[in-house]
Amino acid sequence: MSAQRNAPLSREELAQRVASDIPAGSFVNLGIGQPTLVSDYFLPDQNVILHTENGMLGMGRQAIGDEIDDDLINAGKIPVTELPGAAYFHHADSFAIMRGGHLDVCVLGAFQVSASGDLANWHTGEPDAIPAVGGAMDLATGAKRIFVMMTLFGKDGKSKLVPVCDYPVTGIGCVSRVYTDVAVFDIEYGRVTVTDTFGITVAELQSRLDVPLDVAPGLSGG
Amino acid sequence: MTTITDSALEAVSGIQDGATVLIGGFGKAGQPVELIAALLEHGATELTVVNNNAGNGDEGLAALIGARRVRRIICSFPRQSDSHRFDEEYRAGRIELELVPQGNLAERIRAAGAGIGGFFTPTGYGTMLAVGKETRVLGGVGQVFELPIHGDAALIAAHTADRQGNLVYRKTARNFGPIMATAAAATIAQVGSVVPTGELDPENVVTPSIFVSTVVDLGAGKETL
Repeated sequence: MSAQRNAPLSREELAQRVASDIPAGSFVNLGIGQPTLVSDYFLPDQNVILHTENGMLGMGRQAIGDEIDDDLINAGKIPVTELPGAAYFHHADSFAIMRGGHLDVCVLGAFQVSASGDLANWHTGEPDAIPAVGGAMDLATGAKRIFVMMTLFGKDGKSKLVPVCDYPVTGIGCVSRVYTDVAVFDIEYGRVTVTDTFGITVAELQSRLDVPLDVAPGLSGG
Repeated sequence: MTTITDSALEAVSGIQDGATVLIGGFGKAGQPVELIAALLEHGATELTVVNNNAGNGDEGLAALIGARRVRRIICSFPRQSDSHRFDEEYRAGRIELELVPQGNLAERIRAAGAGIGGFFTPTGYGTMLAVGKETRVLGGVGQVFELPIHGDAALIAAHTADRQGNLVYRKTARNFGPIMATAAAATIAQVGSVVPTGELDPENVVTPSIFVSTVVDLGAGKETL
């Protein structure tokens, strides 16, 4: 469903929006950083089951006080809790869950997303940076649907939705939807469709992006 | 047959200079800290280490790296807020890094343990990490050829062993233990306790004793104190 609103979304509102778009009963992996906020907004009857790639399904919230157990952490190495029905497994099984196409949705942060759905989120490309990839490339290629969550414009004002990524890519053609503070985009068959806008008109959005935009039915083009 | 010992130093004494050592753990969970300390004391050097990370803080793998015993590391996520030991050695050009996507790392270890000569996977296709590797399009999907990672030794941490050498793990500390146990010529497991054979439910054994050369009982002696 398309929507227009007259103000950009806060980080929390963006997380809430992503949470509300995840179908009930989904198996979901939330990337490290901003995507972890999404877990605060699942509804109890949504029955979303969280996977953490270090080897667990049925991950609960962050552990506090006496709940903290060094043997029970998430992919960001933060102590977490287990929910009834949780399961533990070794790393090859955990990555089979990702690589074998068993996860319904994976939510990731990004430096850039291209118009054809390429994802760049693991390396800034700076020559003196020590590279680290973790499970980013497995998540990008394995989940049934990849949602990206990011601010649309960087601190330099440049759009992170680009014709071609100039950061090193994590996966090719893998992103299906991009949630940002000012708009939501669907990416399919190399076409980018704006489905929601928040505090920006489609015309202004188009003027600031080098990517040609289709406009979802019901969303005013003005 | 599995040897049970309470000496970590004795357990790692067969590790030679230049060996490839698979080290379990994801961050600090499941990291065999006592075995790594013993390896440091043993003195083997010019090692190739396989671990998800490249050490956290100043203990365990970080101490081994800080002592310049590691010539090469194969891992997925070296750079962290507390990876200063590795960062220092890497920037000084004293340690070589092979960066591997985490799932490829796990699967390459699993492949070694299962006798698989290599495999094609979509992970990493079209990225910097596939440069120089063989690629094919299979089932319409671009894929990269990856080789198994064998270890001369694996150092892992489990929760409990029985005297037969069967292992069970605890929560997310399981991580790389079960696959690394299968992929090395000698697997050394440190455990919190060893129970009599027959006390572990065979249905719940995660790593069967055939994959375990030596169990180091960290709980030995503690129960009599």
